[in-house]
Amino acid sequence: MPLSFRVDGREVLALEGDTVLTAVLLAGIRLRESEFGDGPRSGFCLMRACQDCWMWTDHNDRIQACATFVNQGMVLSTRNPELT
Amino acid sequence: MSVYDTIIIGGGIMGCSTALHLARAAPRMKIALLERGLCGAQASGVNFGNVRSNGRPVSQMPLSLRSREIWSRITELLGVDCEYERTGALKIAFRDEDLAVLEGHVRDARDGFGLAVEMLGSAGLRQLFPWIASGAVGARHSLDDGVANPRLVAAAFGAATRRHGVDVRENFAVASVSHSGAAFSVVGEGGAALVARSLVNCAGAWGNLVASSFGEAVPMQALGPQMGVTEPLPFFILPSTSTVNSPIYFRQVRRGNIVFGGGPRAEVRPDLVRHYSLPENTARHAALLRSVAPALKSARVIRAWSGIEGYLPDSLPILGPSATTPGLVHGFGFCGSGFQLGPGVGAVLAELVLGGATTTPIAAFDIRRFAPAAAQETRA
Amino acid sequence: MTTIVIVGAGPAGVRAAECLVAAGCRPIILDENDRSGGQIYRRQPPGFVRSAQTLYGTEAAKAEALHRSFDTLAGKVDYRPGTIAWGLHAGVIHTVKAGRVDRIAFDRLILATGATDRIMPVAGWTRPGVFSMGGAQIALKFQGCVPGRRPALVGTGPLLYLLANQYLKAGVTPAGVFDTTPFRRQLRLVGGLAWDPRTLLIGLRYRLELVRWGVPVRCGIDPLAIEGDPAVTGFVYAKSGKRHVIACDGVALGHGLRSETQLAELAGVSFAFDRRTRQWLPQRDEEGRTPLGTVYLAGDGAGIGGADVAEIEGKLAAWALLHDLNAAVDDGERTRALRQLRRAARFRAALDAGFPWPHDIAARLDDGVVVCRCETLTAGELRRVAAEGAPDLGRAKALSRIGMGRCQGRYCGSACAEILSAALGCDIADVGRLRPQAPTKPLHVDDVEASL
Ligand SMILES: Cc1cc2nc3c(=O)[nH]c(=O)nc-3n(C[C@H](O)[C@H](O)[C@H](O)COP(=O)(O)OP(=O)(O)OC[C@H]3O[C@@H](n4cnc5c(N)ncnc54)[C@H](O)[C@@H]3O)c2cc1C
Ligand SMILES: Cc1cc2nc3c(=O)[nH]c(=O)nc-3n(C[C@H](O)[C@H](O)[C@H](O)COP(=O)(O)OP(=O)(O)OC[C@H]3O[C@@H](n4cnc5c(N)ncnc54)[C@H](O)[C@@H]3O)c2cc1C
Repeated sequence: MPLSFRVDGREVLALEGDTVLTAVLLAGIRLRESEFGDGPRSGFCLMRACQDCWMWTDHNDRIQACATFVNQGMVLSTRNPELT
Repeated sequence: MSVYDTIIIGGGIMGCSTALHLARAAPRMKIALLERGLCGAQASGVNFGNVRSNGRPVSQMPLSLRSREIWSRITELLGVDCEYERTGALKIAFRDEDLAVLEGHVRDARDGFGLAVEMLGSAGLRQLFPWIASGAVGARHSLDDGVANPRLVAAAFGAATRRHGVDVRENFAVASVSHSGAAFSVVGEGGAALVARSLVNCAGAWGNLVASSFGEAVPMQALGPQMGVTEPLPFFILPSTSTVNSPIYFRQVRRGNIVFGGGPRAEVRPDLVRHYSLPENTARHAALLRSVAPALKSARVIRAWSGIEGYLPDSLPILGPSATTPGLVHGFGFCGSGFQLGPGVGAVLAELVLGGATTTPIAAFDIRRFAPAAAQETRA
Repeated sequence: MTTIVIVGAGPAGVRAAECLVAAGCRPIILDENDRSGGQIYRRQPPGFVRSAQTLYGTEAAKAEALHRSFDTLAGKVDYRPGTIAWGLHAGVIHTVKAGRVDRIAFDRLILATGATDRIMPVAGWTRPGVFSMGGAQIALKFQGCVPGRRPALVGTGPLLYLLANQYLKAGVTPAGVFDTTPFRRQLRLVGGLAWDPRTLLIGLRYRLELVRWGVPVRCGIDPLAIEGDPAVTGFVYAKSGKRHVIACDGVALGHGLRSETQLAELAGVSFAFDRRTRQWLPQRDEEGRTPLGTVYLAGDGAGIGGADVAEIEGKLAAWALLHDLNAAVDDGERTRALRQLRRAARFRAALDAGFPWPHDIAARLDDGVVVCRCETLTAGELRRVAAEGAPDLGRAKALSRIGMGRCQGRYCGSACAEILSAALGCDIADVGRLRPQAPTKPLHVDDVEASL
C-alpha cells in the first residue's frame, strides 16, 4: 500500500513495510545533519547500533530511521530544531 | 631507597594541587607524588564538574573563596583550557516553604562573603530561564558559580605537577606507611621503598589507609554519587541547575550534552577500585530531569557512571595536621564537594607542609573531632 | 521457580531456549528486534513475501529450521520482542519496550547478544551512501534495497564475497570487491579445508561467480578515500604503490565482526585480550559458563564464531545451565556438540588467519580522517592526546571524547585502539579497552517518565 509523509516540508512516497531510512534515501534525501557541522549523514549500520540515523519529528522528538516503519502522514526533519 | 623532602599519597585534585603549590613555593624541594593508577582517574576526574561556592556550610566558605580565586586563573595555572566557565548556578524551589531556605543562603553568601547572588521570583525566573517547568516559585541565582570539565582538569593538574619537577609516580600503589621517629617510610605494593621528612595524605576515599596507620582512623564511608549524560542537544541551558527538594542536578555543556547527577548514592568497592551506576537511579534521574526542564523529555541518556568518594558524618572533610604524628598532614574525605575546593586545599596543604600554619581557617576540619570514634574503632 | 533470561533471539539464543524448554523451563527471551532470527537469519517485515532461498541463499534450510524451531516454542517461552536490555546490575536486568522501562530479577542469564561490524575507517566513510557491510546486507534482506546502483564493497572477510554474490542475485553488479587482505594471505584459508570443506567450496563458488560476471576483485589494497559531493561518487585505493580511482555510487564497508559485550561487562564478567582477533573478549569455559556462576555466554556475543557455532554454543550454554541447576542433561548430545565446536574452532582459526583485521592501516590513516562518527573526532585528535601523555584508551577517552558518543564506541573502538597503540609504539593489549557503560543503547527520557 502506498503511503506518503513529509521530510523538511517535502512530500515523500513510500510503501508499507518501508523503513523511514529506505524511503528517505530512495527519495534522494539525506537523513540528518551532523551536530558538529561536518555535513550530512545517512545512517550506517541499519541495525540500531551506530546511532547515526536519528531524524527529528515535529513534536520535539526523534526517531531512528533504520528501525521505524513509515506511517502515513509522518512529519520529519533532517535538522535539530531549537529547544526552549 | 629514594629520599624526599615530602611525599604526597594520591594523585587526585588534592594531591596534585598540593604538589603544584609546593613546587611553586619551594622550587628546590624534592617532592614525590604517588598514585595507584593515573593521576585524576578517580573522583577528581569523573565528578559532575560543579565549581560552586554557594550553598556550602559557613565553615567552608573561606576555603572555598580561596579556591575560587585560584579557579579564576586556572587556565594560566594549568596551561590548558579546561572548559572552566562562570555559567552561574540555579537552585530552584517548587514550594513556597523552600524559599526561606534559599533566602537564608543568599543573605549568608552575599552579606557574609560578598558573593554575587540573588533571589529570583517566579516571574523573573521564567523570563531569564523559560525552559524551567511551570510550578517553580523562585530560585537562588548565583552568578559567580560555574563549571569545569573534570576529565580535563584532573589530568591537567597531573601534567602541570610533572612539569613543575615533581617526581610523579603513577601506577604506584602504596601498601604501607610508617614513621620511624625521624622520617616517614612508604612502601609500594611492588616493594619499592621511599623515605621523606613529611607526608601528605591525599588518598581520597582511601585516606583511612594512612590515617589508621597512625592511629587516627575516622568514621568515613565510601559511596558513589550517580552521574549520567544525554546525547548532544542544541545549547539552551546556561546555569548549572539543581532544586531544593528533589535529588537531581544538571548542566549543559557547550557541545550540547546534558550532564546530570543525583541520589541516592550507591555502594562502592574501594578495595577493588570499583563503582557502579545503578540503572534504577539512571531511570529516576531521567524522569526528574524532565520534571524540571520539560524540553528534555525527548532527550536520550547515552551513558551513566559513578565514582568513589569519601563521606564523613558531618559532611565536612578532614583537612589539617595529624593529631598523632608530627610531619603528617591530611586532606581527604571531601564528601561530594571537593572539586571546587581542590585548588584551595592544595594551597593550604602546601602552607602546612612548609611552615606548619595556614592563613585559611580550617579548624572545623580537624581530624581530632572524630577522636573518640576513631578510638572506638581501634578498640573494636 | 527459577527465572532464566536469555538476551538475544538469534541462532544462539533460539537454540538455548529450545534446550531449556525441552527440560521443562520457561525462559524469558529479550530481543531488541521485532522478530526472531538474529542478524544472519533476520526475518523480513510482515507482508514481505520473498522466499527463504532468495533471502538466505545457501543457508536457507538452516534459516527455515531455526525459524521453525522458534515458532514451535510459542507459548512455552516468555518472548519479549522489541525489548532492549539497557542495564544490568546485581542480578537485575533493566529493559525498555515500547515506551516503558521494566526490570527482571533473574536467577540465571544467558547472553546471546551477537555482533556488529568491525570497521577500519577511511576518509569519507561518513558520507551518505556508505553503509556497513552488515547494514548493506540488511538493506537487501529486510528492505530489498541496495546502496546505489553500482556499489563498491570494501574491507575484508567472507561477508565481502557473500554480499557481492547476493547483490548479483538481486540484479546489481557491484563496481568491485576491494579486499585489504592480500590474495596470498587468503591462501591460508586452505588450512581450514579439512574442518569445513562445504563452506570453503561455497566461498570458492562465490569467487568464480564474480569472475564470471566480470566484477573486479582486488586483493591487498590500501583504502585511501571515499569521494563524494557529498554523496558517494568514487572509491580511491592504492595497490602495489599505485593509486586507483573507481567510480561507484555506494560503498559497503566492513572488516569482519566484533562482539556485543556490553551486558557481559555490566554483569561483571572478566575480560581477556585475544591476540588472534585483537579484541577483548569475556571469559568463559567451553560450555559458556562464566566465573560469575549465574551468567552464561553463547554465540558471536562472546567471540565471533559464525552462525553454526552460535547454534552449538546456545545449546551448550543451556545444558551447562541445566547441569548447574542439577537437571539431567544428555551427555551423548553434549559430547557431540563439544566435538562439533572444536572442529568449528579450527575452521574459525583458518578463517581469521585468511581474513585478518587490517590493523596496520590504522597507523597510516591521515590525521584528518574521522574515526568517531558520533562526536566527529579524527585520527589526528587521538594522536594529539597520545602525544600529550594518554597511555591508554581510558585516558584518551577522557581527554578526547572518543567512545563517548551515542554508539558507545561500537564503531570506533577497534580502530581507536590500533591508532593509539601505533602512536604510542606500545603493544595493543596495553592500551586496554573502552569500557561500555549503561545504558547499552540510548534511553529515552520520555520512556522513563511514563512508567515511574
Ligand atoms: C561522581 C562524583 C561527582 C562529584 N561531583 C562534584 C561536583 O560537582 N563538585 C564538587 O565540588 N565535587 C564533586 N565531587 C567530589 C569531588 O570529586 C571530590 O571531592 C574530589 O575530587 C576529591 O579529590 P581527591 O583528590 O581527594 O580524591 P581522588 O580524586 O579520588 O584522588 C585520590 C587518589 O588517591 C589515590 N590513592 C588512594 N589510595 C592510594 C594508595 N594506597 N596508593 C597510591 N594512590 C592511592 C587514588 O587512586 C586516587 O587517584 C564528586 C565526586 C564524585 C565521585
Ligand atoms: C549485520 C550482520 C550480517 C551478517 N550476515 C551474515 C551472513 O550473511 N552470513 C554469515 O554466515 N554470517 C553473517 N553474520 C554473522 C552472523 O550473524 C552471526 O554469526 C550469527 O548471527 C550469530 O548468532 P548469534 O545468535 O550469536 O547472534 P545474532 O544473530 O546477532 O543475535 C543476537 C540478537 O541479540 C539481540 N540483542 C543484542 N543485544 C541486545 C540487548 N542489549 N537487548 C536486546 N536484544 C539484544 C539482537 O537484536 C540480535 O537479534 C552477520 C552479522 C551481522 C552483524
